[in-house]
Amino acid sequence: MPRTIIEKIFDAHVVKEIPGAPALLYIDLHLIHEVTSPQAFDGLRRRGLRVRRPDRTLATADHNVPTLAPRVPIADPVSARQVSQLEAHCQQFGIPCYSLGSERQGIVHVIGPELGLTQPGMTIVCGDSHTATHGALGALAFGIGTSEVEMVLATQCLLQARPRTCRINVGGRLRPGVSAKDVILALIAKIGTGGGTGCVFEYTGSAIRALSMEERMTVCNMSIEAGARAGLVAPDDTTFQYLAGRPFAPKGRAWDEALDRWRRLPTDEGATYDRTVELDADALEPMITFGTSPEMGIPITAAVPEPAAARDALERASLEKALRYMALEPGKPLLGHPIDVVFLGSCTNGRLVDLRQAARLLKGRRIHPRVRMLVVPGSMQVKREAEAEGLDEIFRAAGAEWRQPGCSMCIGMNGDQLEPGQYCVSTSNRNFEGRQGKGGRTLLASPLTAAASALAGAVADPRMYL
Amino acid sequence: MKPFERFSSRLIPLPVDNIDTDQIIPARFLKTVSKEGLGEQLFYDWRYDAEGQPRPDFILNQPRAKGAQILLAGDNFGCGSSREHAPWALTQFGFRAVISTSFADIFRQNALKNALLPIVVSREIHAELFALVERDPQAEVTVDLAGQALILPDGRRVEFPIDPFARQCLLAGVDEVGWVLQQQEAIAAYEASHPAPVNTLLEG
Repeated sequence: MPRTIIEKIFDAHVVKEIPGAPALLYIDLHLIHEVTSPQAFDGLRRRGLRVRRPDRTLATADHNVPTLAPRVPIADPVSARQVSQLEAHCQQFGIPCYSLGSERQGIVHVIGPELGLTQPGMTIVCGDSHTATHGALGALAFGIGTSEVEMVLATQCLLQARPRTCRINVGGRLRPGVSAKDVILALIAKIGTGGGTGCVFEYTGSAIRALSMEERMTVCNMSIEAGARAGLVAPDDTTFQYLAGRPFAPKGRAWDEALDRWRRLPTDEGATYDRTVELDADALEPMITFGTSPEMGIPITAAVPEPAAARDALERASLEKALRYMALEPGKPLLGHPIDVVFLGSCTNGRLVDLRQAARLLKGRRIHPRVRMLVVPGSMQVKREAEAEGLDEIFRAAGAEWRQPGCSMCIGMNGDQLEPGQYCVSTSNRNFEGRQGKGGRTLLASPLTAAASALAGAVADPRMYL
Repeated sequence: MKPFERFSSRLIPLPVDNIDTDQIIPARFLKTVSKEGLGEQLFYDWRYDAEGQPRPDFILNQPRAKGAQILLAGDNFGCGSSREHAPWALTQFGFRAVISTSFADIFRQNALKNALLPIVVSREIHAELFALVERDPQAEVTVDLAGQALILPDGRRVEFPIDPFARQCLLAGVDEVGWVLQQQEAIAAYEASHPAPVNTLLEG
């Protein structure tokens, strides 16, 4: 029977089907970080267990690390303790750890692909909801909670119900100034933050095929913001070219064998999905969010919606609450709305391609004096590559701050935060209340829109700057 | 884990859609390395003002919340991050069930692993429950996991869906890690026949 890539990967990892239970699914790669692992290691110790496969496990410190040098020792004693505990746990259990000081440190979803650890057909989990990022390479990758982190450390397996499959077909071609971030923000606005609950997305269509690997990561990354635990893109030559020569990618004969396997992964002709959603790339504009849920997004030239148009009382109340928090008026456009901060970075948009896009707009220009702009590369490697191209100089000359790698102001745990009431155009993934700092107001957008807004000192359409 | 038993409780209404895990427990409280003390941080930024004083108008600060074990929330509860601190905070506050029209996938998994029951009801029942607490804030609802039903004050039974394996584990108090550890032989056999695509200890 013809199968989707989602079913092929799932089937290939079923260790055992036990009647009355979800499938026992084998996990090829387990990524861990400092925030969601301490209690899992505690559990392991309490049970007197070892880590079953340290050779399939890798750790880095990202959520809670400073982005200003010198980074060690970490000034905040609570953060310092969490990072040092990660290092101690990894040492005790024999897990490789790219912590502060490592040339490979970075956001967990940036380093997996760039080191070649993320490969087509693999199952990958991490105690972080943006694990779907790895799906860009044709892996089945999803976020798990700390109990499941403990389960995977102990058994290298998870109990997983078979997911429903959903095809997200993006036909046509993206227009200039419209990027991968706009595709995913448009999808979330269309189907809602609960629209993909219970599903794994497969992104297909000409507009997806035309994206670079990094841009596909941006799309897959925010699958969770549409409710889907995982989202993936079938591997193709773009994938193989990206992987070739990376440190953990197969070499020599192993590479040829892997290519043979990977080429058999794409969805069979005639396979059916539980659901299909269509998006027309030609019709997309740069997107921006106005509210406190990623589904509250609009084309950048549109007006903030009227709560009166909501489908029911609860939705109306939620919209009113969001607009109160954001201090935005319904019916008015966001374009030209003054902003205070621009954040360029995160597992969504902290890769070299993202930094290049923003730098292209900022080159030879100065950001608005009102604006503070933070540029946070996603990893040490991204930082090195950006500096080798002189991007850091472009950002500094434009008046932005060039930082060290980490999650930074996407989650605000490390002290990189908004002040109450500030507006921030952010390339990150969540605009929840207080996400970037208590009382802070987040407007999610692409690196291009973020750079244009930094120059204007207000929400701006990047197409005016191309 | 203790077996999950039938219980009755008042409902605490929180009529907001898409309540995300950053609201349930803000990220700054995730620097902890233990599971303790999270109940005080539940809904922190909605519950306390800038000076850290409880906001009297927030429902968890009102007398009716004391001892209540069921939260009644809007659509898509628990969306956002994978932090298990969210169900830890909810259970430490005293909740044993959340009723909504839908739950985010990772939150639902995390909740079930912590004996916090995510109960999905239809839009009609959902609206009816909000109307019920509006009319009578002290009205009690019974959660009967064995019977897979809510029992309303007028005696009506409202069935709810739940994964049969999770239900069995909750009712019997089964530890899932322990259960999977019993499958060691099958796991070893799988590993023997499936070479590892990567070895994190060695570069290729």
